[in-house]
Amino acid sequence: MKQWEVVIGIETHAQLSTQAKIFSGSSTAFGASPNVQANAVDIALPGVLPVLNRGAVECAIRFGLAVEAQIAPRSVFARKNYFYPDLPKGYQISQYELPVVVGGKLSIQIGEVEKVVRLTRAHLEEDAGKSLHEELGHQFVGKSGIDLNRAGTPLLEIVTEPDLRSAAEAVAYARVLHALVRWIGICDGNMQEGSFRCDANVSVRPVGQTHLGTRREIKNLNSFRFMQQAIDYEVQWQIATLEDGGRIEQATVLFDPDSGATRAMRSKEDAHDYRYFPDPDLLPLVIDAQWVDRMRAQMPELPAAKRDRLITDYGLSAYDAKVLTTSLELAGYYEAAVAAAGKSNAKACANWVTVDLAARLNREAREISDSCVSAEQLGGLVARIGDGTISNNIAKRVFDAMWNGEGSSADEIIARDGLQQITDSSALEALIDEVLSANATMVGEFRAGKEKAFNALVGKAMKATRGQANPQQVNELLRKKLG
Amino acid sequence: MIEQSLPALAKALATKEISSVELTQLYLDRIARHNPQLNAFITVDPARSLAQAHAADARLARGEGGPLTGIPIAHKDIFCTQGWLTTCASKMLSNFISPYDAAVITRFKAAGAVLLGKTNMDEFAMGSSNETSFFGPVKNPWNLTCVPGGSSGGSAAAVAARLAPAATGTDTGGSIRQPAALCNLTGMKPTYGVVSRYGMIAFASSLDQAGPLGRSAADCAVLLNSMAGFDERDSTSLDRPGEDYSREINAVTDGQPLAGLKIGLPAEFFGDGCSPEVMQLVEQAIAGYRKLGAETVAIRLPSMGLSVAAYYVIAPAEASSNLARFDGVRYGHRAPDYQDLNEMYSRSRAQGFGAEVKRRILIGTYVLSHGYYDAYYLQAQRIRRLIASDFAEAFRQCDVIIGPTSPSTAFKLGEKAADPVQMYLSDIYTIAVNLAGLPAISLPCGFAGGLPAGLQLIGNYFSEARLLNVAHRYQQANAWHLQSPAEL
Repeated sequence: MKQWEVVIGIETHAQLSTQAKIFSGSSTAFGASPNVQANAVDIALPGVLPVLNRGAVECAIRFGLAVEAQIAPRSVFARKNYFYPDLPKGYQISQYELPVVVGGKLSIQIGEVEKVVRLTRAHLEEDAGKSLHEELGHQFVGKSGIDLNRAGTPLLEIVTEPDLRSAAEAVAYARVLHALVRWIGICDGNMQEGSFRCDANVSVRPVGQTHLGTRREIKNLNSFRFMQQAIDYEVQWQIATLEDGGRIEQATVLFDPDSGATRAMRSKEDAHDYRYFPDPDLLPLVIDAQWVDRMRAQMPELPAAKRDRLITDYGLSAYDAKVLTTSLELAGYYEAAVAAAGKSNAKACANWVTVDLAARLNREAREISDSCVSAEQLGGLVARIGDGTISNNIAKRVFDAMWNGEGSSADEIIARDGLQQITDSSALEALIDEVLSANATMVGEFRAGKEKAFNALVGKAMKATRGQANPQQVNELLRKKLG
Repeated sequence: MIEQSLPALAKALATKEISSVELTQLYLDRIARHNPQLNAFITVDPARSLAQAHAADARLARGEGGPLTGIPIAHKDIFCTQGWLTTCASKMLSNFISPYDAAVITRFKAAGAVLLGKTNMDEFAMGSSNETSFFGPVKNPWNLTCVPGGSSGGSAAAVAARLAPAATGTDTGGSIRQPAALCNLTGMKPTYGVVSRYGMIAFASSLDQAGPLGRSAADCAVLLNSMAGFDERDSTSLDRPGEDYSREINAVTDGQPLAGLKIGLPAEFFGDGCSPEVMQLVEQAIAGYRKLGAETVAIRLPSMGLSVAAYYVIAPAEASSNLARFDGVRYGHRAPDYQDLNEMYSRSRAQGFGAEVKRRILIGTYVLSHGYYDAYYLQAQRIRRLIASDFAEAFRQCDVIIGPTSPSTAFKLGEKAADPVQMYLSDIYTIAVNLAGLPAISLPCGFAGGLPAGLQLIGNYFSEARLLNVAHRYQQANAWHLQSPAEL
């Protein structure tokens, strides 16, 4: 049996986080009533003209800088002509021959191996509106509705070279890209609302063959899970088809999550001739070096650089560093917590953020930006663990109290509730003596060789101190007294 | 009153010799009387116009009038006009009431001008005779069996017949200048980008430019002062300091006002292709210019011969895309019966567009198609650059270029309607100017067989004030532009 190699390239439409549309002043906010956010330009009244939103260009420049691409000093908007009811002008303004971002690369991690995915280009374009075939209400039965709120929303279409070799790699790439566009603040990444949509060009070829097989394009993958499933299915289907002696026809396909299968939407024969030509209503987009420099100065530290710095500066594990750099907000939270706790507590901060805080956020379905405990509060808490004021167990109680708004800082809560660890050994000794005399049976059992009884005595002692004793110290004192 | 210049009308309004309401009513009456024969207007709305006139009178009474306050102006029905039917002379938009004003309309409103009505035109500005209008052809006031030229034929006929003191037009390949020539008017196409295209229904975006149609260069200068200016809603609008286009006209000069002016005579304008009668009138006008102190130099525009071919690739290409929005989905004509989406599109467009518009959409679609784009569209763009560099070279040797506006006087209605190529050739002298984006003006230079002929002056970029003055000095010394057609 032949060995097959899978070849995948991804095209991603990232909706850019600008307030206004790319060629009109309308708002881009999601969820408004149909056609409320569509002005004269968006509905393509006769005579209206597009004016480029420079904010969208700045998003493209940021992206180009983040992937080490070339920012084209001159790029051109072109018209992509086709008829569809949710495309009001009868053409989409896009970039064709001269895109704004050329080349670039993105690193992905496959197990322990790092792989560099080459980008072909990224170009600016406008989104279309939406056709509504259902949910129109009884007065519109059998009709389709058009909602042009989305028409003209800025998109950055990011195209890779056919560098990916499996569904897992494709998903890894999509995840890294998703994190990056959010990190640099150009896209909210909301896949459910369609802010980040991927198309996968999939082909297979016998291992060793140099030319590419015929590809099919899976459109509109709006979750990583669907992407994995769709590509897996498509690859199996293509291999099965070829092994049965069939041929792959170039086609556009859709993934049906219910059946788990892809099905052809249109073949190459029905492919549109989009009759691209430069849009005469828009001047070429000129980006000078000063503009790029200005954008570069505003760029945040990128995930990879931050990851490396967390490892070298704070001594974090690669794993922790990776988790903490999944989003700019999380990384920012972490660094602010360390700033409050002191660098010596950096590792403890990492544990608190990635374990306790993460679990709590997860349980309450909150984002890091909506955390009830601020980075400064958490840092203050970790500092008190670090200097021995409280134990980890008490710290969890303090954390809960802060989370519930019962106190504005760890110090306040510790002082108010008297949670400080008992370190005075004479006080502790007196307490332990009480415990021993109250639990003579257990003491007897221990002396008879039952090691378990010792643990029970530690528990009794800790309970008597309401957990405020240093468990280590209690242990030592007990051994001494029983020994 | 109907022979008064715009500055004279402004003075009459300022001195209360006449009110804007009276002046507007005067023109509305003339329209009511003569438009049935001329068909120059598609929409007249006396109540609205008179309401604007009342407002203008109030403004004049406050002493806040400007050069156009209270003066009725007719607008080509290509400009979106809030609350008015805006049809572009197409069945496709025969039910379209614009919810907004074009930049040009906004500027005239701000100046206090009265919107007198919307003028007839070739459908979507595609034509040179005003015969492609869904609302029927416009007649030439000089001879009702002749065309007024196009596409701004309604505006030209209206001003020529004194149904409006002045009008706006648009010029994509000669659509202001050629009807000006055929109706004995002065009409200017400004430098591309001087007048905002916002709200002007697009035919060929890289060539379209709005401009004035009036009875004299001085009137055109007043109109252009109101029309020109940067508009951030049009990305191709030019952000330049404002200028007074009347300044050279108003400057005091001696007996030889054009002394030192170098007029270029391109060999390509004086060869075959022009009727001898028109050529004779052009030669006389050139002699007139020499008397005013100008000198002439022979120049060449070697790529001129390619301009019509390049134009009929580029303009239809852009039009095929610009007109895609007329799909029956959101506004405009929708076919009453259809089974599915494609049928709705095809029937709505088949019914909504006339033959010439369809022809150009087909040509444009073809030249942009995969496999033909390089051979046609890119090649045409190369020719366009050659033409622009021809002019750049010419303007190193001269200040303005002179030639005929149109190769003939007004032709008969129906004479060229069946022969698109003959029709296209009537723009042979005007098209290159649009391809290069230059300003040009057409002014009356005499009559042949009772029909007016036009002289074209082409200037370098942003030389509008100069061109208007060069035309004005001729009009000071000659009276062709003061001739009016016999009252109908």
